[in-house]
Amino acid sequence: MPIEVRIPTILRTYTGGEKAVDASGATLSALIDDLEANHPGLKDRLLDDGDLRRFVNVYVNDEDVRFTGGLETALNDGDQVVVLPAVAGGA
Amino acid sequence: MRYDSLLESVGNTPLVGLPRLSPTPDVRIWAKLEDRNPTGSIKDRPALKMIEQAEKEGVLRPGCTILEPTSGNTGISLAMAAKLKGYRLVCVMPENTSEERRQILRMWGAEIYASPAAGGSNEAVRVAKLMAAEHPDWVMLYQYGNAANALAHEEGTGPEILADLPEVTHFVAGLGTTGTLMGVSRFFRTAKPDVKIVAAEPRYGELVYGLRNLDEGFVPELYDASLIDSRFSVGPRDAVRRVRELLESEGIFAGISTGAILHAALGQAAKAVRAGERADIVFVVADGGWKYLSTGAYEGTVAEAEERLEGQLWA
Repeated sequence: MPIEVRIPTILRTYTGGEKAVDASGATLSALIDDLEANHPGLKDRLLDDGDLRRFVNVYVNDEDVRFTGGLETALNDGDQVVVLPAVAGGA
Repeated sequence: MRYDSLLESVGNTPLVGLPRLSPTPDVRIWAKLEDRNPTGSIKDRPALKMIEQAEKEGVLRPGCTILEPTSGNTGISLAMAAKLKGYRLVCVMPENTSEERRQILRMWGAEIYASPAAGGSNEAVRVAKLMAAEHPDWVMLYQYGNAANALAHEEGTGPEILADLPEVTHFVAGLGTTGTLMGVSRFFRTAKPDVKIVAAEPRYGELVYGLRNLDEGFVPELYDASLIDSRFSVGPRDAVRRVRELLESEGIFAGISTGAILHAALGQAAKAVRAGERADIVFVVADGGWKYLSTGAYEGTVAEAEERLEGQLWA
């Protein structure tokens, strides 16, 4: 069950420079464990004390997972996961 | 409608129905036309409120210099108010913003200090904070952390919507400083708590997210996640597609960020239709499209427009 995960520039040192990698998991938490198995070190950059880091945003099909169940957000075949650092928006 | 001065005409914007974009008679979409403010954007509300608050607190006195990190609209609003009130304005603005925004700022007499494109508004905020430390006599209103920003919407935008549309079920706005969403949500959490608050966050090109390390990330001091019910990231392709759809089907010529907001609003509408629920969804038209013509977002195919927006701060 491959799910495409888009990796921001700052974390591509863990994916050999790849912008997007495939991973699998029924929940975001399981997906991150799968990512860690293939790209060691990535999990620690995403999570802090078992929760998403303050300046890391994760979106499943464009929706911020903090509002859809966090790490327990369910994933399905063909979903797209985007990881982005939190930055200031225009104003 | 008559006002004693331009500054007093801020707010009280029209709320218009969008019959062609509304999917069914039970699921309706409404546009809050914030481009009808004096300088043409929603930012007139927080800009004026922040200035008035600073004057009230005695922080801002005649002849003062105001400093602000801005990608355009807040700066333009502050420039107008500063001109009328006799303040000097220095804006720190990312260099990857449209030329129109810079020309308008200069026209209103603002001084522009360009911050590097890489890092986008993050960098503008960082540079502005350094400049504020170097010039302790300057007043940085700091829209990302100034409670008056959200208050302008709690006292203005929110009550106006409820008065015009008591049956409102959703409010959708852009997420930048987070002031619009925080303020309107605070109003509705008290006045009508079942209104869903939905955020549309622009997703820029990679340049903007090019932090040196993750700890340089930024969450506005105003942001309180408990005041939001869902948050969507919208890329330039969907934003351009929707902003053109808005013009094509409803005749409204809006800025690119409004396309992103409409995209999230239509998502909520589709969800309500699927669930068989009635919905009255209000979304913010943050500004008109005039300031973004040079970005190329309104010409050629959507794919071409998307390509031209790469690396630009389009919202």
